[in-house]
Formats: sequence, structure tokens, C-alpha cells
Amino acid sequence: MVKVRRFSMYVFLSVAAFISIFPFLWMIVSSTNASVDVTRGRLLPGMHFMDNLRNLLESVNILNAMKNSLIVSVSTTLLALLIASLAGYGFEIYRSKTKDIVFNILLLSMMIPFAAMMVPLYRLFGKITNLVPLIGIDTLAAVVLPTMTTAFLIFFFRQSTKMFPKELLEAGRIDGLSELGLFYRVFVPTMKTTYAAAAIITFMSSWNNYMWPLIILQTPQKQTIPLLISTLGSSYTPDYGLIMLAIVISTVPTAIVFFVMQKHFVAGMIGSIK
Amino acid sequence: MKGSGSPMRLKAAAVGWSFVILAVLMIVVFYFYPMIQALMLSFQTGTGANLSFNGMDNYKRLFTDSMFRTAVKNTFIYLIVQVPMMVLLALFLSTLLNDRTLKWKGFFRTAIFLPCITSLVAYSVIFKYLFAGDGLVNSLLLNLHLVSEPIQWITHPFWAKITIIIAITWRWTGYNMIFYLSGMQNIDPAIYEAAKIDGASSGRQFFGITIPMLKPIILFTSITSTIGTLQLFDEVMNITRGGPGNATASISQYIYDLSFKYSSDFGYAATVSYSIVIMIVVLSIIQFKVAGDRNG
Repeated sequence: MVKVRRFSMYVFLSVAAFISIFPFLWMIVSSTNASVDVTRGRLLPGMHFMDNLRNLLESVNILNAMKNSLIVSVSTTLLALLIASLAGYGFEIYRSKTKDIVFNILLLSMMIPFAAMMVPLYRLFGKITNLVPLIGIDTLAAVVLPTMTTAFLIFFFRQSTKMFPKELLEAGRIDGLSELGLFYRVFVPTMKTTYAAAAIITFMSSWNNYMWPLIILQTPQKQTIPLLISTLGSSYTPDYGLIMLAIVISTVPTAIVFFVMQKHFVAGMIGSIK
Repeated sequence: MKGSGSPMRLKAAAVGWSFVILAVLMIVVFYFYPMIQALMLSFQTGTGANLSFNGMDNYKRLFTDSMFRTAVKNTFIYLIVQVPMMVLLALFLSTLLNDRTLKWKGFFRTAIFLPCITSLVAYSVIFKYLFAGDGLVNSLLLNLHLVSEPIQWITHPFWAKITIIIAITWRWTGYNMIFYLSGMQNIDPAIYEAAKIDGASSGRQFFGITIPMLKPIILFTSITSTIGTLQLFDEVMNITRGGPGNATASISQYIYDLSFKYSSDFGYAATVSYSIVIMIVVLSIIQFKVAGDRNG
């Protein structure tokens, strides 16, 4: 009885693992096959990787889309970390009644669905375009600006600050550090894990963001990776090998981030609900 | 405030505020301001920038709008079928993975979590091809003689919904599982030992110990999944484009279409978007209440 149960446990987990991995394997294998082979259901690696790569580079500007996505994701991540950690630290270390109220109001913004904001945001950027075209509609800055501050990340940093040993700050004050110096020289270096987790969460969601770039970016030169994949995926005569290769390439950065920083990733997700 | 101390105290307060002010400003400008604008827009009508107030007309229109009704119905089907199914599956998987004697635990965990690293657009496109009429899933089912003719996963109103549900479940089960797994690791094994001595079956242990102990985490994941499903957009947009007909259209997609695809009816789009806000608030309150009652 016990043996049967153990066996079925392994079978169930193996099936679940297989279903989870299979689309990845299929995508990687298909990126080495010609489009006809993909439609015929070929599941073995083929010899068309270089062809697919050449066709991909010729038909769409994927390198440019990668560049745009990197610019957006890296600057979103850096700015998000800066703004949210300053705020999380400030709300916790310089705690006051008024600040607590403000903090709770900020948290309410987590309940606002993006769909409810997109029209006013688009109109807001319409106005900004008239004043400062550099950060207006169809600029990468317009992708970054509304997405770089989230109440979630502020909350995340505040929660982590609660565990931060406050004695270090007192020691720093005695050494004559300014308030900003305390943050920069004492807090930031001690909280590296928190920053790593926050960076992963932010980078992933920024890299994968689809709806807002779809609305605010208009010219092909500004396309980010998800927009490019979406365009490729909706074509009437899809070249499957080429599209699969594009998806493989688009997944590489997040896969690297995941495998290099797996420990922080899980810690970050879990830290967010504690 | 005392005269002599106030400059010092004012300075201290100013330092504190200077840390948070940038974040506060950004949230106000990019969350609360649009929210208020959307509320005002929801009472206006017109195309593009030519808007005028029309009172409650938009809200009346909601009740007679069959497309809105379809989108709400679809979204709730996703919500009612997919969220509980995924939560149960994730709970079950994490129970299995929490077994101390299990081998290859790291492999199973990483494998089941892997879907989370794909972007919503990328996995949607992959699923669209996997579930195509002549796609791999159909050839597999045909070869195994599980079906006699290909299932119209994408083009049949019923199966298209199923495809969306399968896709979302594939992408998010591992994500939820990680939360449950971490919660389970915080449960004292002695509790299970005691239950075993009392002769409790593993089913009893699951419902009597695991579920109650994980309740805060289950509540958290249910609320985030609900909010996520109410905002469903990327998958529907990239797997079915809302079709066939409007069989898979979601509320977010309808708002997008109203704003940017049809004739830019920003006013009515804002009205529809406020319906999501109301739903999120109501459903979150219900979920808190349900969890709270069982606590009492």
C-alpha cells in the first residue's frame, strides 16, 4: 500500500514536471527546425537554427527590440530600487503618525487595476508630449515613468527594514555620518539580499510588460520584445521556426536572471508576503 | 511646538519626509491622479479629446451592453473555474514536495516553477501553436486514440475558454506552489507526528492541519490571483484575440478595444474600468470575510 502510494506520488510529480518543461523543450527544439517540420510535429532537433537566425535578423529588428527592452528594464529596475528603498527606509526609520497614514494610503494603489488607469495615463502622456516630447508618447521614458514606482516594492523594503539592526545607525551617527550617508553607507550595503530580490522581481515584470508599452509605443523602432513577439505571433503566415527562435532569445535574459539568482528569487517572493 | 526646539524638530521631520517624498509623488501622479481622472471620465462621452459630461448615461449603458455582459461572464468563468483549480493543484503539489523522504525534490520544484520565467506574451504564443487545430496537442490526442477528430481548441467557443484556463494554470501553478511550500516549511513537524499517533489519515492531516495553518497564505494568493484574473489581458490578446466571436474576451481587453481599437470612447472605457475596481474591492472584502469567519 505504502509502496503504491509512493510510486503514484513520483508518477504524478513526473507528469507535472514534464508538462511544465515540455513547452520549453518544444520551443527550443522548434527553433532549430524549419517551419514545415514544426507543423508536422517534429520533436527532434534539426539543422535549421542558422537559417532561422538569418531569417529572423533579416525580417525583424530583434536586436533593436532587445536593446529597447534592456534600456527599459534596467532603468526601471535601478530607479525602482532607488525610489522604493529610500521610501521603505524612510517610512520605517523616521516613523510618524502622519507617515503611517500616508503609507497606508499608498498601499491602496495596489488595488487599482491597470486597466482602470490606462486611458487617463495615455491622456496624461498626451499632455506631457506637448510640454516635454522627450518623455512623451512613443518614448522609452514613457514606458519607464509610470511603472517604476509600486507600492508593493515600497512595502517590501519597509518590511525588510524592520529586520535591519538599528544599532548600526546609531554607530554611524556617532561616526558623524549624515542622514543620507547612513542610508547610503550603512543601510544599502547591509541589505544586499533585499536589493537582489527586489531587482529580480522588478526586472522580470518590466521585461515582460506588455499592455502599457502596447499603448504608449507606436513606431516599430521603439518596440520592446513582448510587442515584437506579439506581432510575430499574430502574423497570418507564421514562420514557426523563426518565431520559436525569437521566443527563445526573448526568454534568455529572464532565464539567466532566474538560474543565477534562484535563491534570492524564492527568498524575494516569500519575503514579500511575510 | 516650543520656540527653541522647533527648528531642530522641523529639520528632523524634513529629513524623514525627504526620503519618502519622491515615492509619494510618483504614486500620486501615476496612480491616484489617473484614478480620479478615470472617475471623471466615466461620466463623460465623445470620441478622442472631444468629451462632454453626460451624467449617469455611461453607467446605464453598462447594463444594456451585451458585449460588457459577455466580457464579465467570461472573466467570471475564468475566475470561478481556474483560481480554485490552480490553488488546489498547487496545494497538492506542495504537499507532495514537502515530503522529507522525497528524492529529486530540487528538480521537481524547479521544473514546476519554470513556467514563471516566461513572459505572458511568449507563453501565450507557444500555447496558441501547441493548441492549434493541427497542433501538437491534437496530434498527440489523435495518436493516443483519446479523441477521434481534432478538438477545435482555439476556434470553438467552449474549448477556447478551456485553452485559456489551461494556459493560465500552466503559467501560475508553480508560482503559487512556492508560497505554499514556504508556508509548509514553517509548520512544526511535531504537529503531524501527533496527528499520526492519533491515527489521522493523510487526508485528515491535509484538511485538519495543512489548510488551516496555511490560511493566511492561501488568502493572499487567492486575492492576488483574483486581481490578476480580473485584469486578464495578455493571454486572451495573444492566444485567441478574444474570439471566436467574443467567447474568450475579457474585461481588460474590452476596455483596450473601446479605447484604442474602436473609435476611442475614453469616457465609456473608464466606466467599464470602474466596474473592475468595484469588483476587486467587493471580492477582496468577501475573501477576507470568508477567511475571517473561519478564524473566529
